[in-house]
Amino acid sequence: MDFSNVKEVTYRVRRFDPDRDRAPHWEEYCIPYAPGMTVLDGLWLVKELHAPGLAWRSSCRMGVCGSCGMLINGSPRLGCNTQISELSTPTVAVGPLPNFNIIKDLVPDLGPMLATHRELSPFIVRDDHQEMENPSGEFWQSPEELEHYLQFSYCIKCGCCMAACPTYATDPLYSGPMPLAQAHRYNSDSRDNGFAQRREVLAGERGPWRCHFAGECSRVCPKGVDPAKAIQLMKRELVADYLKLRHARCPAKVAETPKGITRREGVPDAPAPTVR
Amino acid sequence: MTRDGKLWTWHVLAGVVIFVFLGLHMLIMHLDDVIRIAWWNPAGGHPIDWANVVARGKMIFFPITYTVLLGAALFHGLYGLKNILFELNLGTAFKRTVALVLLLLGAGLFVYGTWAAFAATALARSL
Amino acid sequence: MLTAKGYPNRLGVWGWVGGGRWGVERYLYTLHRLTGLGLVFYFLLHILVTSSRAFGEAAWAAAMGRVTGPLFTIGEYLVFLAFAFHAANGLRLVFIELGWGVGKPFEPVYPYKTSVDFQRPLAIAALVLAALLAAAGTLDFFVLHGEVTP
Repeated sequence: MDFSNVKEVTYRVRRFDPDRDRAPHWEEYCIPYAPGMTVLDGLWLVKELHAPGLAWRSSCRMGVCGSCGMLINGSPRLGCNTQISELSTPTVAVGPLPNFNIIKDLVPDLGPMLATHRELSPFIVRDDHQEMENPSGEFWQSPEELEHYLQFSYCIKCGCCMAACPTYATDPLYSGPMPLAQAHRYNSDSRDNGFAQRREVLAGERGPWRCHFAGECSRVCPKGVDPAKAIQLMKRELVADYLKLRHARCPAKVAETPKGITRREGVPDAPAPTVR
Repeated sequence: MTRDGKLWTWHVLAGVVIFVFLGLHMLIMHLDDVIRIAWWNPAGGHPIDWANVVARGKMIFFPITYTVLLGAALFHGLYGLKNILFELNLGTAFKRTVALVLLLLGAGLFVYGTWAAFAATALARSL
Repeated sequence: MLTAKGYPNRLGVWGWVGGGRWGVERYLYTLHRLTGLGLVFYFLLHILVTSSRAFGEAAWAAAMGRVTGPLFTIGEYLVFLAFAFHAANGLRLVFIELGWGVGKPFEPVYPYKTSVDFQRPLAIAALVLAALLAAAGTLDFFVLHGEVTP
């Protein structure tokens, strides 16, 4: 829609005050519009001009913190990433992310998603505990090995993918795209050796088997993480493991400091440390 | 590998088996006027005429392939139904009951269908 | 740490219909489920009906007599259409759910080309295959038979 002549927009906000309301309801507010306004900017104006009690999460206002995930005109999006001018009507319908309990107004309870995420060990798991506690050097990793998981590491945990997933909509036991994509991010990291450990948690309803590739998670992801791709690749890895076709790789080795090096002529010593 | 992952792998393999055998079944039964092959409809007319049923019953190819198709399709279909019912999240007791009912239904129909396929062949060969 | 019970906000089965970006693949998912349900219910009855051939010609004729008529013909036609879609889409799912045809991981640059965009040709091919099968079935059911009741 062409917003060049629009001076005002209407915000239709889903309000819910747990102390006063029995159920969520819609409220409408009119605010002045200026080109370049994001949905988040509009919410600040609504709070300033009409509804001081309106609650939502936001922080960086530039699409990197993942706080402001909300349902904007029927689609889960980041409020700071969505220009009002890219919507198709001058009425902005804002609601909390679906598939999560509502704490207040536009604030969803992301606890279940983050708890599932924690259960899948979203960190490097290795057997050499000595090295993990007292690291002696970096791990060797080639740019090709980095490509295998880099895309999935861009996740900002905003929850938009969970809101869009049809399976997560019906089944709270399903892990959802974010935890599964992050489990695959660590499984495909060459420094990690926790496949067997994560496989035990990915059992039954928690596993990727409830995913049937509706693909909505990848379409709504604001960072291009493509969780659907991660889940299908994880299924391939798990099936290959079942059919005994998976190549278990050695986790990345620690880079050794090169031996037998002599200093070039005229290169001075490093200065003494100033902080003890 | 977890149990659900194993069942899913078999679900996919069953799907491929069904694609081949049900495709053949549909060719025989519902595409017979588009692609006429006398081998499986030798008596002409409709594929469900008794003469054609007997002719197919005489060939051992059919009870064997019907049994394979029956097993694969029962597993594939009931596993899919179980998934949909489980995702509606109606409680553990409901899930246990559903799993048991579907298992019994599948096993029962498989036994009955396999018996019928081979009994039909025995009957056809006596005619 | 705030332990909030909160107001429940799951979409439930409506999540099969909306809540995302209304992509084609979401509806292929929903339709695959619906056709699967239709096929499995038909199949359970089909086993019972066709097993009557083990009891002789009279039993077979009686069973066939029970499933004739325009209503049953239309019903069987719908089952054939359901099979056409479910088989073609199922073939696509075998590939993509095992990670073939979804593309490799790469550094995402906006505008993002996701695995959904990557497998779009497979989705179109599946729909074309389903349409071809459906066309062949329509020919057989209604055109070449000439009569409505088999």
